[in-house]
Amino acid sequence: MPKLTINGIEVEVEQGTSIIQAAEQIGIEIPRFCYHDKLSVPANCRMCLVEVEGGPPKPVASCAMACGEGMVVKTDTEMVHKARKGVMEFLLINHPLDCPICDQGGECDLQDQAVAYGYDRSRYHENKRAVADKELGPLIKTTMTRCIQCTRCVRLGEEVAGVTELGLMHRGEDVEIDTFVEKAVSSEMSGNMIDVCPVGALTSKPYEFKARPWELSKTESIDVHDAVGSNVRIDARGGEVMRVLPRLHEEINEEWISDKTRFAYDGLKKRRLDRPWIKNEKTGKLEEADWNEAFTLIAEKMKSRKADKRAFIAGDMIDVEAMVAAKDLAEAIGGAALECRIDGATFDTSSRSGYLFNTSIAATEEADAILLVGVNPRTEAAMINARILKAVRHNKAKVGVIGKACDLNYAYDHIGTTAKDLEAFKTSKAAFAKAFKAAKKPMIILGMGALQGEDGQAVHALAHEIAKTYKVVKPEWNGFNMLHNAASRVGALDVGFAQDDFYIGDASFVYLLGADFDTSFLNSKAFVVYQGHHGDLGAHRADVILPGAAYTEKTALYVNTEGRVQQTLRAVMPPGDAREDWTILRALSAFLNTPLPYNTHQQLRDRIVKEWAQFGTLDVVPSETWEAFGKKGKVSKDVIAPAYENIYMTNAICRASETMKACTQEFFLSKQEDMAEAAE
Amino acid sequence: MLFDQIARSFLLAEIVKGMGLTLKYMFKPKVTINYPYEKGPISPRFRGEHALRRYPNGEERCIACKLCEAICPALAITIEAEPRDDGSRRTSRYDIDMTKCIYCGLCQEACPVDAIVEGPNFEFAAETREELYYNKEKLLENGDRWEAQIAANLAVEAPYR
Repeated sequence: MPKLTINGIEVEVEQGTSIIQAAEQIGIEIPRFCYHDKLSVPANCRMCLVEVEGGPPKPVASCAMACGEGMVVKTDTEMVHKARKGVMEFLLINHPLDCPICDQGGECDLQDQAVAYGYDRSRYHENKRAVADKELGPLIKTTMTRCIQCTRCVRLGEEVAGVTELGLMHRGEDVEIDTFVEKAVSSEMSGNMIDVCPVGALTSKPYEFKARPWELSKTESIDVHDAVGSNVRIDARGGEVMRVLPRLHEEINEEWISDKTRFAYDGLKKRRLDRPWIKNEKTGKLEEADWNEAFTLIAEKMKSRKADKRAFIAGDMIDVEAMVAAKDLAEAIGGAALECRIDGATFDTSSRSGYLFNTSIAATEEADAILLVGVNPRTEAAMINARILKAVRHNKAKVGVIGKACDLNYAYDHIGTTAKDLEAFKTSKAAFAKAFKAAKKPMIILGMGALQGEDGQAVHALAHEIAKTYKVVKPEWNGFNMLHNAASRVGALDVGFAQDDFYIGDASFVYLLGADFDTSFLNSKAFVVYQGHHGDLGAHRADVILPGAAYTEKTALYVNTEGRVQQTLRAVMPPGDAREDWTILRALSAFLNTPLPYNTHQQLRDRIVKEWAQFGTLDVVPSETWEAFGKKGKVSKDVIAPAYENIYMTNAICRASETMKACTQEFFLSKQEDMAEAAE
Repeated sequence: MLFDQIARSFLLAEIVKGMGLTLKYMFKPKVTINYPYEKGPISPRFRGEHALRRYPNGEERCIACKLCEAICPALAITIEAEPRDDGSRRTSRYDIDMTKCIYCGLCQEACPVDAIVEGPNFEFAAETREELYYNKEKLLENGDRWEAQIAANLAVEAPYR
């Protein structure tokens, strides 16, 4: 634990801490471009120079110099100022003066630091260098003339996203960031390159020229496109979401978010349901209606159906409040079936430890052997995949995959493709099985793909058995994990929105709570109500449509795959007549003469906390006791299919998004075409 | 004293004096002008009606940097931007609410390309409020109409900016 003095302040830091980190700990700002606390240290921008007394008589790069015992560091001396000004001047030699047309303007590191540490005028009159822009696909716009070669994007690709797609070419004045062969950056985390770029060289293409940072109202919220619950900041202007950025949460998404989280927001402005609709029985066409008509019709139909023929189905992006209101409503009218697993997965929901990501996302990087069953974490939960990549890189963790071979960004042993192979793994003597047995911190990640068949319960039980055989669950380490795909899923299971002994096809009254799935197996005579925010799969089948609010438009609770309760905050108002989902259910209950006992959001929250205490504290991962779960049975011989074919089209918001459509074309369809060509 | 007062009032001294002054000004040059046929001189720094300027080749100057919108103390300016077909950054909407504007001239000071300027025109009174909600088309038209004078004024002011 070296002790050093920075600007006269004594500080004791851990061995190996760099000077820049030590200074940050005591609140002294050192300017930097290439240094990023989540990436490796190249020390190539030279902006973080400081003076170290007793050392060589020259400034020292504080990001690359480890703290030593008794060091005396000064960040505010003549030498440092001169060095910074010099570095700044060199950086600006080739940087264009196009801040007014640059999307980074107003939130640019170079702009801010030029004002704070640079000269106020230029001494350079020669021509500036120009660099050809690169085509990096539908998400990232490049203006390479602005690049200052900090290589943050290159390091992000290599170290966090795990794909080496960008690199530094040539040398000296000709140095360029490029993809070597012209192609789109196909990482599922490529959007983060935009965030780490300290200048306007990499900017967001969908956000191009749309807004300035100072005119946006910022709302701290969470993401609902997958079950990770990434923390995001929603930037809106005048009732319109302009962009979504990550928010630092060390235990979930660190500083990153997936491309779907970041870029699907334009789907929030298209195909929205903004008023109630009722299907005309004669013409079969939907007609505009008002709330009273819609509620009266629903109440009439709901009462006329028997309790065992009624069903409430919760979709992938529904909040806990709405589900509890729906549950209360179902109870008030005498009962109805409740289900949330619209992807067809079946598993035992009786034990919480059986359906949570018990290890926790942060601890995933400590694992030393990981078995993936029917899951492609890269597409289904990019943030968790980033953690697995860390485990592979830093702990030399071994990864085994059971299920369809997939394109992961680390090496893995492909053990098998079916649930039978999972059964065989129990007694396997293969190299991975040995490593898994010997591992101190082994992990099983069970994906929805493995549970979607009829043998879901059996696979669930089998996973429990394997956890037992390989001692995956220890007193201080629970390595059994289920990875969900839907933000609503764990919350739904927690409040009991799951029913195993019910077939939806039998229901004659179906209330789709934001549930968008292939509705072809619903009874053709069933009366279907769709409450949600997009005119998508569910709404196409509906007899009555009630307009709900999307996740940016409501303050609501969600539970991520770890069991962590988090809440979204309202960033914009819902369009037209659309309302928050629980208020619609509350209003409907009055038409059924069974008004629900809460009139405000707070009353509803109190009611939820009363029954399920874990919703009272936000952002805490509960530790669950390990119990038995699943029903032993025969497992199928079919190949475990991935939960999603095309990750860019997984929910109603994505399907309405132009950006996601472009991504599908660029990253999914063209890849399939390539594969088809290769097969020929 | 009394006699003096009586003599003044009988001889209408005040009126004669007043008429004398009137007579004197009859021969002096007149200070009023025959507005609207005649107009007084204005400074090249005069801050009148807004205009959006173009480059000599006809390309609009405004690059949608939104600095004028940001600095406007009356929040009179509203800008929306998107990439034009050729990929350049341009406004898709540029509105000034002239009823909110306080003619402080900060927008033209903030503009990095001399696109938005307050021209020499002060005669744009209208009968309805709606006519004073200027859009991009109107502002560009103003720019085209007043360009010669605006350019001359800017040239005169250049040494002081």
